[in-house]
Amino acid sequence: MTAHPASQGAPLLALRHLSVRLPKGADREFALQDVSLEVAAGEIVCVVGESGSGKSLTAMAILGLLPGRVTLDSGAIELEGEDLAALPPARLRAIRGARIGMVFQEPMTALNPLMPVGRQVEEMLEEHTDQPRPQRLARVQALLAEVGIPDPVAAARAFPHELSGGQRQRAMIAMALALEPRLLIADEPTTALDVTTQARILALVQEIQRRRGTGVLFITHDFGVVAEIADRVVVMQHGRVVETGPAQQVLHAPQHPYTQALIAAVPPLAPPPRAMAAPGPAVLAVSGLRKTYRSGGILAAKRVVEAVRGVDFTLHQGETLGIVGESGSGKSTVARMLVRLLAADAGSITLQGEDLLALNVSDFRARTALIQMVFQDPFASLNPRRRVGEIIAQGLRVHGTPRAEAEARVAEMLALVGLDPGAIRRFPHEFSGGQRQRIGLARALAMQPAVLVADEPVSALDVSVQAQVLALLAEAKQRMALSLVFITHDLRVAAQVCDRILVMQRGLVVEAGETATLFAAPRHPYTRALLASVPGRGWQPGAGAAALSGAE
Amino acid sequence: MKRIGGLALRRLAQSVPVLLIILIGLFLLLQLAPGDTVDALLAQMGGGDAAVAARLRQDYGLDVSVPVQLGRYLVRLLSFDLGMSAIYGKPVASVIFERLAVTALFMSCALAFAFSAGLVLGVLAARRVNGWPDTLISTLGLVFYAIPSFWLGLMLIVLFSVKLAWLPPGGFESIGQGLTGLAHVLDVARHLVLPILSLSLIFLAIYLRLMRASMLEVMTLDFVRTARAKGLSEGHVLRRHVLRNALLPMVTFVGLQFSTMLGGSVVVESVFSLPGLGRLAFESVVQRDLNTLLGIVLVSAVLVIVVNFIVDLLYAKLDPRIVAR
Repeated sequence: MTAHPASQGAPLLALRHLSVRLPKGADREFALQDVSLEVAAGEIVCVVGESGSGKSLTAMAILGLLPGRVTLDSGAIELEGEDLAALPPARLRAIRGARIGMVFQEPMTALNPLMPVGRQVEEMLEEHTDQPRPQRLARVQALLAEVGIPDPVAAARAFPHELSGGQRQRAMIAMALALEPRLLIADEPTTALDVTTQARILALVQEIQRRRGTGVLFITHDFGVVAEIADRVVVMQHGRVVETGPAQQVLHAPQHPYTQALIAAVPPLAPPPRAMAAPGPAVLAVSGLRKTYRSGGILAAKRVVEAVRGVDFTLHQGETLGIVGESGSGKSTVARMLVRLLAADAGSITLQGEDLLALNVSDFRARTALIQMVFQDPFASLNPRRRVGEIIAQGLRVHGTPRAEAEARVAEMLALVGLDPGAIRRFPHEFSGGQRQRIGLARALAMQPAVLVADEPVSALDVSVQAQVLALLAEAKQRMALSLVFITHDLRVAAQVCDRILVMQRGLVVEAGETATLFAAPRHPYTRALLASVPGRGWQPGAGAAALSGAE
Repeated sequence: MKRIGGLALRRLAQSVPVLLIILIGLFLLLQLAPGDTVDALLAQMGGGDAAVAARLRQDYGLDVSVPVQLGRYLVRLLSFDLGMSAIYGKPVASVIFERLAVTALFMSCALAFAFSAGLVLGVLAARRVNGWPDTLISTLGLVFYAIPSFWLGLMLIVLFSVKLAWLPPGGFESIGQGLTGLAHVLDVARHLVLPILSLSLIFLAIYLRLMRASMLEVMTLDFVRTARAKGLSEGHVLRRHVLRNALLPMVTFVGLQFSTMLGGSVVVESVFSLPGLGRLAFESVVQRDLNTLLGIVLVSAVLVIVVNFIVDLLYAKLDPRIVAR
């Protein structure tokens, strides 16, 4: 990473022994405890941690925007030597936006949907300067151009929903930069973006930091991103800083056990060597699968989206087939068609020698046990009003399994996914995200399927939980002789889990092959672009200090 | 503009079958009620023999089968002919037209008052949620919501007209004074204060609850956090970012509630003896004046459709994400 003259005198931002108190009755007394960190001008400091580590709250505390009843308890927040914690609200407001720029995670929801983008950028200038309108408008154009939006005039007039995710995030960055703040705080700014877009936004943040000498406090959960851009790293756990140091040192020779565990949980990008057994017989064969979404009625303009434009693949017994691609590639549509949640427009899906698409609804229903699905969002995919036991047993009961037998199977499945048998009588909200994903898995496996379709099963989980769920999936696959269709946008996960990979782009499979071959020698330009965009691709997590010199 | 134009066209096309279904449904429903116009007329005249009844039925076209009556009615409608009112002896169209202006003025004032007062109170309550203004406003809202409008109307008359003698107890204007210009406007306004209050308070309470909830929800959204992070003052955050987003559910609700309000006006117009559509509807039901009643329903349905049409367009104007889908 670029070395900057770390400090000449006082740092740009310094948190000194900051503690933030939660309201009474919360699960812990302090959200942040004794947090100290520094950001120098021209330096990117990454704050890393899992959910609940207090990393986002740190940002809100700096801005003086703590949610109601969460209060600053002690400590100082020094911006260029001035203690923000001691300032009255009005003074603090003048500093927000003007001297501290802020970029948030969700570019869709972080912009007002009813206000043109240019107007939202202009507000910054309107609030903090007394420039006349024409000058402000010119500045907005210049800002939008600076962050690399292709048509700034049109983008300024556009509403947020009319821009792509990447463009919205660029507009957010333009807004944050409007008054040339010395400090930029970015809270997971690329988490909701596709990997190629993420690479471009990260490059933009770095470029701004270099060109303007802005200090950046970058909050993320992704060690790949850290490896990509950080000069220094602060690792947080349960509201405390557990480790801090230069990026190279923390990434390659972590000291604290928690940091070591976190880094060990990051899947390496290099596929592990696989014992290449001869492929088993084909379980699932898909050919010519197509889906076109149509909307519009008699009087409205028709809109046609060709989501899947002819997909063929074969899944062999005991194999894990990965489908990777960015949003809009059609990978989730394929998954849904496999379990017939969506009707395919054309093509065939042959499961154990029988064309599923040719079956009528009741015949297909009798075979749903053979092909089951695990969904992405462990929070939304379980019915909150039903007990876990009922959720897992429901499929079995529908297919006519006697109650006693179903209950026995539920207990067996809970043991398999590593949950306590008492879970049967509890509701989904009583479980953490990772546990809920285990429940989802138990529900699918209870049917004893031949094929399991997993649609982004670990994308919503913290990295340590992700590793556990992946290990569980591998174990279940072994034990139940499963064949797996694994859909993901995360190439690191794909490298570890999949035997073969299909790369999809705009409804087509652009490249397919053995995982090792595909990662070592990608043929299609899109595959190459995807691989080149993986953050921190030059970093081998878990390689340890020995790899420090050997790393790219 | 093309987006809103397309939406307008589609909404208009949808409203035609709606109107037709309402008309046919009501026509058939009224056939199920025992007795017809002729029965009501004869009862008013103090009775008559079967021959007179048969003559009258023939005159009013009531002697043919129900589908034929319905067909005739619909055909006449195409030329905006609503038929003759059996009770008033005038064309229904002119009977309704005389009353429409009163109701239109009354309703639009009540709606405007309920909407704007509900909005302001809702915003005030949401700004200091759980503070004393919020508690006061929410309690007041609950009281308004719990009072039936006819009772409120009677109590207002007792207080302001009988005891204090500040405002007239009923009617639309002072009769026989030949007031013109501003004096006339003020006179009508004085007559409308009490009816508007008694009709709108219950809706005010609903709008205020809705606005409060909507404001509170929008205030938790990410873009409001962005606005605060930009260093905007609290007033700017509320006015520029929260208010317009919070208005969206309110606007939808006005359209939905308009028909309920029209129903409420029947009672209030009767209490304050306002010569409006609501009272006309009430009288037509009692007197089995089928043509007038159908005319009123047609006009009310058109009113509701028009209001909802305007609301839809307004919504599309407010929310750029709405497309003519």
